[in-house]
Amino acid sequence: MNSTAFSFNIIADLQAMLAYDFMRHAFEAGTVVAVVAGIVGYFVVIRRSSFAAHALSHIGFAGAAGAVLLGVNPVAGLLLFTSGGGVAMATLGRRASERDVQIGAVLAFMLGLGVLFISLYSGYATEAYSLLFGEVLGVSRGDVLLTLAAAAVILATIALIYRPLLFASLDEDVAEAKGVSIFWIGVIFMLLIAVATSMAVQVVGVLLIFALMVTPAAAAQQMTQRPLRGILVSVLIALLATWFGIFISFYTPYPVSFFIASVTFLVYVASRFYRANSGVLFRPIKK
Amino acid sequence: MEKETVISAKGLAGGYSGKTIWENADFSVQQGEFVAVLGPNGAGKTTFFRMMLGLAAPVAGSLSVFGRTPRRGNPDIGYVPQRHLIDRETGVEARELVRLGLDGHRWGIGSAHYEEAFEALRAAGAGDLARRPLAALSGGELQRVFLAEALIGKPKMLLLDEPLANLDLRREADFVRLINEVVRSQGVTVLLIAHNINPLLPVLDRIIYIANGRIATGAPSEVLTSETLTDLYGIPIEVLRDSRGRIAVLGMEESAEHHPEHRPEPRRDRGPEGRAERRSNE
Repeated sequence: MNSTAFSFNIIADLQAMLAYDFMRHAFEAGTVVAVVAGIVGYFVVIRRSSFAAHALSHIGFAGAAGAVLLGVNPVAGLLLFTSGGGVAMATLGRRASERDVQIGAVLAFMLGLGVLFISLYSGYATEAYSLLFGEVLGVSRGDVLLTLAAAAVILATIALIYRPLLFASLDEDVAEAKGVSIFWIGVIFMLLIAVATSMAVQVVGVLLIFALMVTPAAAAQQMTQRPLRGILVSVLIALLATWFGIFISFYTPYPVSFFIASVTFLVYVASRFYRANSGVLFRPIKK
Repeated sequence: MEKETVISAKGLAGGYSGKTIWENADFSVQQGEFVAVLGPNGAGKTTFFRMMLGLAAPVAGSLSVFGRTPRRGNPDIGYVPQRHLIDRETGVEARELVRLGLDGHRWGIGSAHYEEAFEALRAAGAGDLARRPLAALSGGELQRVFLAEALIGKPKMLLLDEPLANLDLRREADFVRLINEVVRSQGVTVLLIAHNINPLLPVLDRIIYIANGRIATGAPSEVLTSETLTDLYGIPIEVLRDSRGRIAVLGMEESAEHHPEHRPEPRRDRGPEGRAERRSNE
C-alpha cells in the first residue's frame, strides 16, 4: 500500500512508516486499544462473558451504521448501542452471558438492522467493510484522543473495582454475602465491555472483536494462575499482535485485522498446547 | 459455664418471593455449637442461611445474630455456599481465591495477603493446595479451599451449605473431623446443611430440622425420634437405629409429594471428573 520497502533495519523501517500521519495514528490507537482490550478481556474470560462481548459488538454495528446513515461519527452510534445493550444484558440476569439463545436472537436482529442502515447509505461497501473488519489505518487524530480518554476512564474504573469484580467473577455467592453488590458490579462491567468494544471495533472491526477481547486473555489464562500476571500477559499478547499487524500491513496489501487475529490465534493454540503438555507455565513449587 | 447466645429466633418465618416456606420458629444457638440443618429439598434451609447473612429478610418474627439484626457483609460470618462458579477453565490458583475472602469486598487492587491465605488453607487442611489452579482440584480439595476462604477472616460463625454433597465416604468423614476441630479449637459456631445425618452424629450438639413449613430443634437424641419427626411432618415417620447407632429415617418420601408447590432447592452438580458446575439459582 506504499512505496517504502522492508529493510530488516527495524528502526529505519519504523522511522519510515511513522513519517506518515496515518501510521502514527494507527500505532497510537492500536496501542491504547490493545492495552484496554487485554485488561477488560481478562475479566471477560474469567466471567465467561465472551459471548456477551461478541454480541455487544454486533449490537454496536447497528448503532454505528445508523450513525453513518445520519452523518454522525460512527463511534457515537457504537457507544450508544453497546452501552444500551450492555446495561440491558446486566439488568436481565446476573450472568446474561449464559442466555445465549436470547442474546443470539438480538445479535442477529441488530446485525440485520445494521445491514439495512448500511445499504440505505450510498457509500455502502467501504463503510460496511471498515465497521465489520476494522480500519485502523484510517484512524484520525481526533479518534486517537477520544480513544485515549475512553481508555483512561476504563483503566481508572477497573483499578477501583478490581477486587470486588474479581471476587464476584470467581465466587459470586460469597462475594454477595460479603457485601459486594453483584448487580452493580454486573452493570459497571457490561458498560466497561461496551466502551472497550466500541474502541476495539476501530482496530479489528465488529466481526473480529474476539481476536483482541477474548483470545489474548484466554491464552494468558492458560499461561499463568495469578490474576495480575494474567492481565499483564493478556495485554502483552494483544500489544504484540496489534503492533505486528500494523507493522506488517505497511508492506503488504492485506488487512491489519487478519494479522492481529492470526497472531492471537497462534498464541492461543500454543498456550493450549503448552498447558496440555506441561501443566502450566509458572509451575507451582513443591513444598 | 454460660455460653453466649449467637443466634436467636422468635416467631420467625422464612420464605422468598413473598411466599412463606416455614414459620413459627423459636430457637437459639450458643457460641461454639456444631449444628446440623436438616430437611428435604425445598424446605427452606438455604433461605434460613440467606436470612442470617442479611441477604433475605424474615417474612415474620425476629432473628438476631450476635445480638443484632443480620446485615450483609458481616465479617463475623464465614459462608460456603452450595454452588460455585469454578470450572475446568478457572486457572486461578487457590490462594488467590482464598485471599478474596479477607478483603475481596473492598475497593482497589489491594495487597496479595498470601501469608494469611496460606494460614487459612493450613487451618482447612489444604496448605499444600495454595499454588494449585482451582481447575485442577478434586471436589474434596475444592471444599477445603472454600472452607479456607471462609476461615481467612477469622469468623465466629461458619455457615456451610451442603459441604458433604459429592464427597465419598472417607472424604466425608475427614471433612467432618476437620470442621469439628475448627469448632472445638477456635470456639467457632458451625451450622452445616446436610442430607445424611450419619457422618455428623458423633460430633453434633444440635439439630435444626426444617420440614413441612415448620422447624424443630434440639439435641440429636431429641429431634431424631419417630415421635418428633411424625409430629413435624404430620405423617407417620419412623426413625430406625442400627447396631452402630446409624440412623435411617423412613416415610418422608411421601411428605415431599404433599407439597408440590415447594420448588426443589438447586443442587450442586458435578461435571466430568468431579468438578463443581454452576446451576442457575433464579
